Amino acid sequence: MPFKIISAQCTSCSACESLCPNVAISEKAGSFIIEAKRCTECIGYFDEPQCAAVCPVEGTCVIDTSLPRYQGPI
Amino acid sequence: MNAVAEPRKNVMAAEAGGKMRVIADYKGGRSSSSSSKRSCESRAAQGDLPSGIWDKIKNHPCYSEEAHHHYARMHVAVAPACNIQCNYCNRKYDCANESRPGVVSEKLTPEQAARKVAAVATSIPRLSVLGIAGPGDSMANPKKTFKTFELVATVAPDIKLCLSTNGLDLPDHVDTISRCKIDHVTITINMIDPEIGARIYPWIFFNHRRYTGIEAARILTNRQLQGLEMLTNRGILCKINSVMIPGINDQHLVEVNRAVKSRGAFLHNIMPLISAPEHGTAFGLNGQRGPTAQELKALQDACEGQINMMRHCRQCRADAIGLLGDDRRAEFTTEKIMAMDVEYDLKARRAYHAKVEDEREAQIAARQEELAKIAGEMDEIRLLAAVATKGSGLINEHFGHAKEFQIYELSTLGVKFVGHRRVDLYCQGGYAENDRLASIIRAINDCHAVFVAKIGSCPKLNLTNAGIEPVEKHAHEFIEKAAIAWFRSYLDRVKSGEIQHVQRGDAAIRQGPLISAA
Repeated sequence: MPFKIISAQCTSCSACESLCPNVAISEKAGSFIIEAKRCTECIGYFDEPQCAAVCPVEGTCVIDTSLPRYQGPI
Repeated sequence: MNAVAEPRKNVMAAEAGGKMRVIADYKGGRSSSSSSKRSCESRAAQGDLPSGIWDKIKNHPCYSEEAHHHYARMHVAVAPACNIQCNYCNRKYDCANESRPGVVSEKLTPEQAARKVAAVATSIPRLSVLGIAGPGDSMANPKKTFKTFELVATVAPDIKLCLSTNGLDLPDHVDTISRCKIDHVTITINMIDPEIGARIYPWIFFNHRRYTGIEAARILTNRQLQGLEMLTNRGILCKINSVMIPGINDQHLVEVNRAVKSRGAFLHNIMPLISAPEHGTAFGLNGQRGPTAQELKALQDACEGQINMMRHCRQCRADAIGLLGDDRRAEFTTEKIMAMDVEYDLKARRAYHAKVEDEREAQIAARQEELAKIAGEMDEIRLLAAVATKGSGLINEHFGHAKEFQIYELSTLGVKFVGHRRVDLYCQGGYAENDRLASIIRAINDCHAVFVAKIGSCPKLNLTNAGIEPVEKHAHEFIEKAAIAWFRSYLDRVKSGEIQHVQRGDAAIRQGPLISAA
């Protein structure tokens, strides 16, 4: 399942953007968004999803349970 | 190791001569009251500081208490990302009237920032320093931070560059800092004991993972101290910021002070925790209080000795502009600077700074003259006085227009700057409000006098009733000269029995946002 950013809570600090190994994060209308198709939950890159680990506002960068898990190479 | 010892030696040499008026006015005054030493100390500001260090700090408002009356600084908010979580910070906060780190109204790209620096330096020739202090951590945004410095060095070559950081990523960027000719770095160090750190920092993000608790604090303190040593090895001046959190690190900061001093830090700035509940910080929400004015001063005094203590910090926003205490950022929004016609005139700026230096010389001469009159007098009386000023080292602000008061300690040893107190304007739209007057009195309740350019009869009476003497007599005079002159007359009145000297109580450090926009 990819990560998503709850835009109402995003402070637009940009900390997540440069850490994403998939270049899936970009700024849009004052908030950051994660392109679900590109998100691999950092599997194969890091032990922890980088965006969620660095996000300063708890509960803002979260798993999008409405979408299926990442199926790509590990 | 020689390289480590070098900058430290310089500082020590300066201290040994007791000539640190530049930063901690009247340093060492307590240990000696001989008139020969006093006349030495009141000499021109450089004192025994090596020329290399003096050149770096003489017009830096944050590194030199004296310079802060004369020179302005600006911050550009190009670094919004952060890599640690602090219990005294809330990243969602942006209040127009608030003055504290981490708060900004708009983020800038490096290109916008460089244009802004050129525009401000042209409009405010007193501007001498550009700092990058967040709103996140400057070193967590290395690309944006260094790109900004690079551009500014090209468009405004006479502006000094400095940065603030929490230190976590600092060791990785020391070479770049040195290459960019950044002479001043501020590191926030609140603890060297990880157990204490765990109560201040919920987590850090390091090496691609989140660490919590004691492990996080241990990594942070190791990286901070390592970064500090690496910088001082290269001769870069380092200021340490510490937030005083009563019951958590207040006693411990004496140890922090020793640790940073031994690693060559140049200046230590112990700041009061800001923790109003409405700021939404973890400390604000769980009722952690900030220190009182007396508690803060006692800790600063305890740490003073072999390192300079900074007393004039305004804990400013990450987008502040102007003289410390007089924020002019509203004049320089991105929209406004894009519309400005900016022509950077280096020659005109240099000529202006030469005039400012003349102003400073005159002030030093006036202080010396007044000090000579008190030489040889010995009296136990030591008291605080508040001053309404809008810069240039003059008593030039009306009581009702003051957004802050500068606090000086007076004794027969001389006059020493010990801090400032932010207040809400007493006079708003021509009307004065009594509850504001009460809050102003609380803010300067530890003072015996308040020096103003002018004051109305009603606040005058209220101040007098509260035991604070309003002094209008020295309007538009140099602060220190006037303060010494008033103190002499105070001692005379005590001696003649006209008045009785009594101790004053404690004062409150303001926590909430300013009620009124200036």
